[in-house]
Amino acid sequence: MSPRPLLEVVSVTKRFGDFVAVDDVSLSVGAGEVVGLLGANGAGKTTVLRIALGLLGATEGQSWLLDRYPDREVRRRIGYVPQSLGLYADMSVRENVAFVAEVYGRRGAQVPEQLAGVADELVGRLSLGMQRELAFSCALLHAPELVVLDEPTSGVGALARTALWDTIHERADAGVGVLVTTHYMQEAEQCDRLLLMAGGRLVGAGSVEQIVGDTTAVEVSIDRWAAAFDVLSAAGLPVTLSGTSVRVADVPADDVSGVLAEAGLHAEVSVVPATIEERMTVLARADQDAQA
Amino acid sequence: MTGQPVVVRDAVVRFGRRVALDGLSMSAQPGRVTAVVGGDAAGKTTLMRALVGQVALSSGSIEAPPPHEIGYLPASTGSWRDLTVQENVDFVGGSYGLARDVLAERAGVVLAAAGLERYRDRLSRQLSGGMRRKLGVCLALLHDPTVLVLDEPSTGVDPVSRVDLWRLAARAAAAGATVIMTTTYMDEAERASQVLVLDRGRVLVDGPPDAVVAAFDEPLTQGPRAIRPEWAWRRGGTFREMWPSEPPPSELPTVAADLEDVVIARTLLRANGRGDA
Repeated sequence: MSPRPLLEVVSVTKRFGDFVAVDDVSLSVGAGEVVGLLGANGAGKTTVLRIALGLLGATEGQSWLLDRYPDREVRRRIGYVPQSLGLYADMSVRENVAFVAEVYGRRGAQVPEQLAGVADELVGRLSLGMQRELAFSCALLHAPELVVLDEPTSGVGALARTALWDTIHERADAGVGVLVTTHYMQEAEQCDRLLLMAGGRLVGAGSVEQIVGDTTAVEVSIDRWAAAFDVLSAAGLPVTLSGTSVRVADVPADDVSGVLAEAGLHAEVSVVPATIEERMTVLARADQDAQA
Repeated sequence: MTGQPVVVRDAVVRFGRRVALDGLSMSAQPGRVTAVVGGDAAGKTTLMRALVGQVALSSGSIEAPPPHEIGYLPASTGSWRDLTVQENVDFVGGSYGLARDVLAERAGVVLAAAGLERYRDRLSRQLSGGMRRKLGVCLALLHDPTVLVLDEPSTGVDPVSRVDLWRLAARAAAAGATVIMTTTYMDEAERASQVLVLDRGRVLVDGPPDAVVAAFDEPLTQGPRAIRPEWAWRRGGTFREMWPSEPPPSELPTVAADLEDVVIARTLLRANGRGDA
């Protein structure tokens, strides 16, 4: 029998008045796994996360953290990096590390090597990338068994982003479970397994290919891509951009050609598999329509 | 609206002992989106603040229209959290001295383009992060500026709102404005007319994204692990590695670099002391 997951959410529903924020969601994170929780704003990711960590009660269902009820005691054994980072901007790097170490009863913790040069700088004066590095180091100080990261590389430059992911994968290789919430393709590609939420429900699970499923997009090849983008947007189609290629998700190719032709734009269109971001866009639109 | 080019010559900005801009020169043209990318402490935000006159140069010069002709979205805020969308619009429109009917018309156009029309009565702090960023861009666009300066408009914004943000910037450029925006996302930089890659206060490379990629002619390999970590970086489950001083091992497949690879590679070349890259 395989060991119990580090984090387990079982059939959780959360209502705020009439509003169903989370609708019958189950998920788990095992040791050594990097699991990505995806979804557009308002999909319910943060609410599920808060319930999983015991910071918010579920209306129905149950959640388990390290095989226990998610209370303050068990939360000491996990690491959490919120999007706001949770650092003290008016304290130095060294003071932040010392404070976090003290809270977790780990005195004598050292400033991480890569931040040694700025140990006495106020955190508020560091670049965002360095602040993220510090927040991540602080969350790992007490050797947690599970780490929860909210958009860990948002706003970080390309080089620092690959370095942060290296650290995340090293921890996972050492057996730590990692749950990452994100809506960026580049972060999703770093995960072993993905879960996709929309409108409070879990609507997909597995690899990038499994999440996208048979959703397709129409790719438009045209020099005047900006004009095509405008015309297709004005027609109310779910237009996305990937570099300078204009794409329309989940719409028949003939519809796209028709709108372009009417505007006097002649383009080649081809049907290609959708990206995760397009899948999210399609689901978010469907959700908005359902609410309207 | 008639656009106006923005020209920066040998700009130096110092904060105490730290040099944030180190002799930076660049230009941005009307009718185009110029994307500024770069890693940590590259100088992106300092450049944006210098363009709008919030940071003084130690030396060098900036040719740009006066502040009231510039629209600016700062990296941190962009709207007043305790005001509604409509109140934000009225406040900013008023501060630019826009006539009531002009403001009403402009607000209608930009809020519709951002998909914020039906949230006029919502407090800014009750908007999602993406909607709040879009509101910030709308406010920067209200007075129909000739130059639009956006500092990381899309950071933390979900893909649905990111498309709207691009639409707002692209429309301003199409109408003749000079649009300059920072981003950490290479797929956004790829669709700009011009990309400027910064590192430690200097320009590593600039030009149309295709040309920036084409000009990079170092061999690049892909493998399951980094052979020399100082020259390698992770892409998904594999590693890219560059070989500036020795031929790559023949057993490793070579791959074509994309903009993300080029930005990382140029930064590494400079960090590892290979000249100006």
